[in-house]
Amino acid sequence: MASRSWGRDAVLTWDQFSRIAFDGGVITVSVFVMAAVLGTVLSLLFGIMGLSESRLFRGISRIYVEVARGASAIVLVFFAAFAAPRFIGFRTSDVSVTLFGIDVGWVFIAGAVALGINMGGYGAEVVRGGIKSIPRGQTEASISLSLTNGQRLRYVILPQAVMTMLPPYGNLNIEVMKGTALVSLIGVADMTFFARDLFNRRNFLENGPSLVVIWGTALVLYFIVSQAIAAFYRWQERRFGGRWFGGRL
Amino acid sequence: MTFTLAQEVWRWEVVWEFLPEIAWGMAFTVLATVIGITVAMVLGLVLALLRRSQIKAIRWPTISIIEFIRSTPLLVQLLFLFPLVLPGSRVPTAAFVTLVVGLALHYGAYTSESYRAGIESVDRGQWEASIALNLAPATKWTRVILPQAIPTVIPALGNYLVAMVKDAPLGIAIGAFGILTVASGLGSQTFRFTEAYGVMGLLFLAVSLPLALFARYLEKRYGFERT
Repeated sequence: MASRSWGRDAVLTWDQFSRIAFDGGVITVSVFVMAAVLGTVLSLLFGIMGLSESRLFRGISRIYVEVARGASAIVLVFFAAFAAPRFIGFRTSDVSVTLFGIDVGWVFIAGAVALGINMGGYGAEVVRGGIKSIPRGQTEASISLSLTNGQRLRYVILPQAVMTMLPPYGNLNIEVMKGTALVSLIGVADMTFFARDLFNRRNFLENGPSLVVIWGTALVLYFIVSQAIAAFYRWQERRFGGRWFGGRL
Repeated sequence: MTFTLAQEVWRWEVVWEFLPEIAWGMAFTVLATVIGITVAMVLGLVLALLRRSQIKAIRWPTISIIEFIRSTPLLVQLLFLFPLVLPGSRVPTAAFVTLVVGLALHYGAYTSESYRAGIESVDRGQWEASIALNLAPATKWTRVILPQAIPTVIPALGNYLVAMVKDAPLGIAIGAFGILTVASGLGSQTFRFTEAYGVMGLLFLAVSLPLALFARYLEKRYGFERT
């Protein structure tokens, strides 16, 4: 069996490639975007709660962060896909989610939500660290200008904290994107899923691509998406850096 | 085991029946992590040193490999490595070996960045003094630079240990025996997914939370005051 992995076609056909790169790529990116949006909201919410004066809020934030980070992404993904529906009490087959004309089903939502919750745990710490890095004088000045708590956060603290938060936040985004490969294990048809599908079918093909070629292609595709995200955050860092240190500050 | 598709969501007797089996799976997950982090710690140091090489033909490939490993998912790396490890060995062994190798490579690339930061944090004067004292490169590294660099890296290594424990269940993708393999097997045999994954989640927290506390202790003990 094993020896059959060698000496096969060195490249994928266009059809095989486009299924992994485009059909799968769209889903990989969609899961990532959904997880990142949810993760960002949770990060801000629990990050700010973690700095609250109320012990109750701080406690809630602490518990969330520890659970979201302590249970690994893969455990959360499996739990959301298979155990959560039973706890909540619905049939997964009743849930219909249509994305770009394809019914992606409950597993898509489960995967994205689980990754988002996981990201929120790490993100909350990034937000907390970013806000804490702002000198106390800024808070004191805002209070003396009698800004409300909300205004202080919105107009004074957060815009400055963004500079500190962007680099770790960008790394976190790449981690989440890499984490999206996990959703293939619960049956979401992402890049890894299609690569695996090709891998399963190749034994029936006359002269299918070798395993190394299939998974090598998948690795390169993930590398490209990672680099795109990294480039986006480098650009954002330059943009924010220019705004605060070159222009109006 | 004969369970019917009962309506109750959570049954304790099922939990007690699953617990020892899932714990046995967890033992293998922890074993993979222990071997993996040990190799990763050594590999990371080697990669960090190679990355500092004066020779471009060594430096650039090292940098590219580290960057590539860091920006691709561990899951896909495992699937890539599996057919390379498989020939000539039994599938369960090959799967476990692949998991350990994959974890070691992936986290080796991560720890190498921490080592690099640690090495670069050693004061310039220390490097200059080594030259002034005419120390051989081996003496300089083993007696001057690394003893000062490594304590600053320990907290980061602790964090990677925690992260690795959480990535180790990924072995299920290639069929390596571990906590997720057991839990998902029990779940599909008995249709008691809630208990299987619930017990798995709790066992996971039981291992990863103490480790996280340990990492935090390392951070306190060795970490820098970053202000």
